[in-house]
Amino acid sequence: MTARFHYVLRLADTNLVLAQRLGEWVGHAPALEEDLGLANVSLDLLGQARLLFAHAGALEGRGRGEDEFAYLREESEYFNMTLVEQPNTDFGDTIVRQFLFDAWQAALYESLAACRDATLAAIAAKGAREAAYHLRYSAGWLVRLGDGTPESHARVEHSLAKLWPFTHELFVDDDIDRAAASEGMGVLASTLEPSWSARVDGTLGSARLVRPAPATFGWYGKQGRHSEHLGYLLAEMQSLHRAHPGATW
Amino acid sequence: MSAHATRATAPPPEVLARLHGILAQVADPEIPVLSVLDLGIIRHLEIRPDGRLEVGIAPTYSGCPANAVIKADVLRALRAAGFDAVAADVLAPPWSSDWLSDEGRRKLLAYGIAPPSRAVGSVRRLRRGDVPAACPRCGSTTTTLQSEFGSTPCKALYRCDACLEPFDYFKCL
Repeated sequence: MTARFHYVLRLADTNLVLAQRLGEWVGHAPALEEDLGLANVSLDLLGQARLLFAHAGALEGRGRGEDEFAYLREESEYFNMTLVEQPNTDFGDTIVRQFLFDAWQAALYESLAACRDATLAAIAAKGAREAAYHLRYSAGWLVRLGDGTPESHARVEHSLAKLWPFTHELFVDDDIDRAAASEGMGVLASTLEPSWSARVDGTLGSARLVRPAPATFGWYGKQGRHSEHLGYLLAEMQSLHRAHPGATW
Repeated sequence: MSAHATRATAPPPEVLARLHGILAQVADPEIPVLSVLDLGIIRHLEIRPDGRLEVGIAPTYSGCPANAVIKADVLRALRAAGFDAVAADVLAPPWSSDWLSDEGRRKLLAYGIAPPSRAVGSVRRLRRGDVPAACPRCGSTTTTLQSEFGSTPCKALYRCDACLEPFDYFKCL
């Protein structure tokens, strides 16, 4: 039961952190359409995160709900993938991060839709359609930028080199993955790699980008060891709630 | 298993008809021409063993802020009519635009929103992209996608290449 709880919590955290990052673009995106696009993707991820937190809370059985999970945990108690906490920096970085993530989430949800955890399978079945739509958006932008001007090509090429090392973590199995997968309540992270690669390689080709060499070092966000960026994100996201404990609208 | 456990039962036909009449008046807060019945999000209406009326509601898009408003509106309408109603979230099978009723599609078109194309069903097809929407004003099928995301989570923005008017497209998702 504990492994199942942690497995679901990781998924929820990964969604929440990326939703918060994308939310930082609201009012700042390069065009109105992209402001809407990034905000809508953020909302979808947040909506999925709320369902996942509710499920994690039920599995844990200690009465914690979405607010406790989102606002009252420290950095080391967050188990999101390190990729999603990386800063927005510019639109190129944001699109590359989103594309690498969307391709992973689409593969993940398609697999999870068949798992034995009925609630998780339902969330995944719904999320798979949304992830496919997000991927269409981020892949479309990656092609436009990669196959665009020399400037846009150079920028996303740099973004890809910078963010690629964080993708390694997406496919490393640990004890929680193995325990959840052995009961059929989750999927092994490593099994998602082929379908992720197929999607990523196809789009990189259209974007005239070359797949970077495999990363030589690992990140462990999903085990609670994060890059330097998560703390700042949480500080901003949690400050209001922590300043006014128990406040409601 | 409790000895006196009983199952939820369907309301009698006349009550069901009345419930449908009430729900037909509960509008989607973002597309007010559509009722919750048109949207296809009411999954069940049952009398629970404790006598309360349970309404099963499927959320539309995961991130749609209207989901909470819809649930509150449904409960308010049923309670105003004297029903002791409670809501249950129904996640499976997931809602998609395929659940929109034919009546709902007609209402959307009349309202100036291109209805979603049918049976998008598979995720694979979704990845390739929708069939181009027909312009709700002039019916032309030469249209251009302007933005995959529109004013609400359920809409994308298109422009008609024939009459040059922009229009909303109810996403196939």
